[in-house]
Amino acid sequence: MRLARDPAALPRLALAALAVAALLPALRLAEFDPAALLDPANARPMAKFLAQFVPPEVSVEFLALVGRATLETLAIATLGTAAAFAIGFPLSLVASASLSLSALGPARDAPLRRALRYPARLALIVLRAIPELVWALLFVRAVGLGPSAGVLALAIAYGGMLGKVYAEIYESAAERPARALMEAGAGRLQAFAYGVLPAAAPELVSYTIYRWECAVRASVIMGFVGAGGLGQQLELSLRMLNGAEAATILAVFMLLVLLADAASALARRMLA
Amino acid sequence: MKPAKAAEVVPARAAAGAFALRARELSLTYAGGRRALERLVLSVRPGERVAIIGPSGAGKTSLLRVLATALRASAGDVEVLGVDPWRLGAGARRRLRSRIGLIHQSPPLPPRQRVVTAVLAGRLGAWGVGNALASLAYPADIDGARAALERLELADRLFERCDRLSGGQAQRVGIARVLYQRPELVLADEPVSSLDPALANHTVGALASEALERGITLVASLHAVDLALAHFPRIVGLREGAVAFDLPTAEVGRALLEALYAQEGVLPTQECRPVDLAELTLPGRPRCD
Repeated sequence: MRLARDPAALPRLALAALAVAALLPALRLAEFDPAALLDPANARPMAKFLAQFVPPEVSVEFLALVGRATLETLAIATLGTAAAFAIGFPLSLVASASLSLSALGPARDAPLRRALRYPARLALIVLRAIPELVWALLFVRAVGLGPSAGVLALAIAYGGMLGKVYAEIYESAAERPARALMEAGAGRLQAFAYGVLPAAAPELVSYTIYRWECAVRASVIMGFVGAGGLGQQLELSLRMLNGAEAATILAVFMLLVLLADAASALARRMLA
Repeated sequence: MKPAKAAEVVPARAAAGAFALRARELSLTYAGGRRALERLVLSVRPGERVAIIGPSGAGKTSLLRVLATALRASAGDVEVLGVDPWRLGAGARRRLRSRIGLIHQSPPLPPRQRVVTAVLAGRLGAWGVGNALASLAYPADIDGARAALERLELADRLFERCDRLSGGQAQRVGIARVLYQRPELVLADEPVSSLDPALANHTVGALASEALERGITLVASLHAVDLALAHFPRIVGLREGAVAFDLPTAEVGRALLEALYAQEGVLPTQECRPVDLAELTLPGRPRCD
């Protein structure tokens, strides 16, 4: 008798080899060359600029300016994430396969109902396919320079990301609790609230906070194209090659990310 | 209300007197090709209490899931509470499901949920979305949940988290949820598999008396033959996806049971007492008290 072989071994090996092979052309296409950093022609002006970073700029009027810009950045990130939630959460409920009533049985109309999930998935793809920076450029044209362009850009791009990842989190949670509730007559929203949410809540909260942290950073970048906040301030400092001001602003970034980290840890501990 | 809905409800009421459950030539083949049910025939009248026994792999769970409208048979007809669930529209099928309570062998309770919420979830099919969401903020019917748990001697666990329960406690919370649901048809899939013999006996007794008091139909698959014989007036023996025998408990004899479990070699019973088959044929006598 022949020894039984693991039928999954070969596909697994092939997949791993494929993943490594995919990296090789990427290296060439990206023209990835760390040696360029060490080239003296590049390193010298870089070092000169970095030397200005100490000491950072701490004059009262500049700190007041940075403080206002920080609040603006936080407001953009928070409002943008909230609006993204309002877009992404309903779409995630539609897009997720784990809350399918017609999958019980399955019912005769299950293929049709499955097809209804695709428009939601397509919408999520379209929303997140275009980076928030591009949306910000668009909205700066539409609503003018300022924070509201940043909020709109975040709402759209992050709405797509939240929706997609939420749907995946629902699908990775154990499906039996929600399924059992739907088998006893519960609707999708009820099955979600009583069957999926208890298990998925910590992951949903921590991902949302992580997205908020990303939104803080993204709102900085969007500031470069005129969407307000700390980014706009940093862009001015960098353009004037004022390293001391840039150092202060970067320190504030780090504080913000630390803050987001602490908030995320706290929320997870409360939900554990 | 749309006229279509009324049309769906009327035949359900009219036929309700005839059968709580009816399976005709029911076959089920899983996607992998495994045949779980083979032209199975079974009818159950409203208010009957039926135990399904048989060796593992006989199709007990598959049959109960088909009867609970969780699975659709590959061939044959099924009628639940007087209607073919798969001829109903999605909304009517949901309402039908809220009248069926399925007790799972391993209770489908999400971790981190509290027992009170898990029990109240039994009535989600009857509640609107608003009530359901409000009950997450403050439990809508603490007394009702407590009463259901009391029948299973678990009232002290009301505000415990489900993932802090033992396997046996979790199984009883699953049963309490179905009691709270107040369905017209209870389908129980090995409802006491993780309970010790005395508790198993008490719990099956509680299920049977609940069914008797409320005049509802109870169909339970049981691993322990003595529990089935003690609490149910009708026994269905299942083997290889088909009904091997279907008799009043008094007529179930040693030869039938031994034939049913021929491949196992032993008769599965609770461990509390050596099994005397002559005694087993007497229905209604608790085994383990």
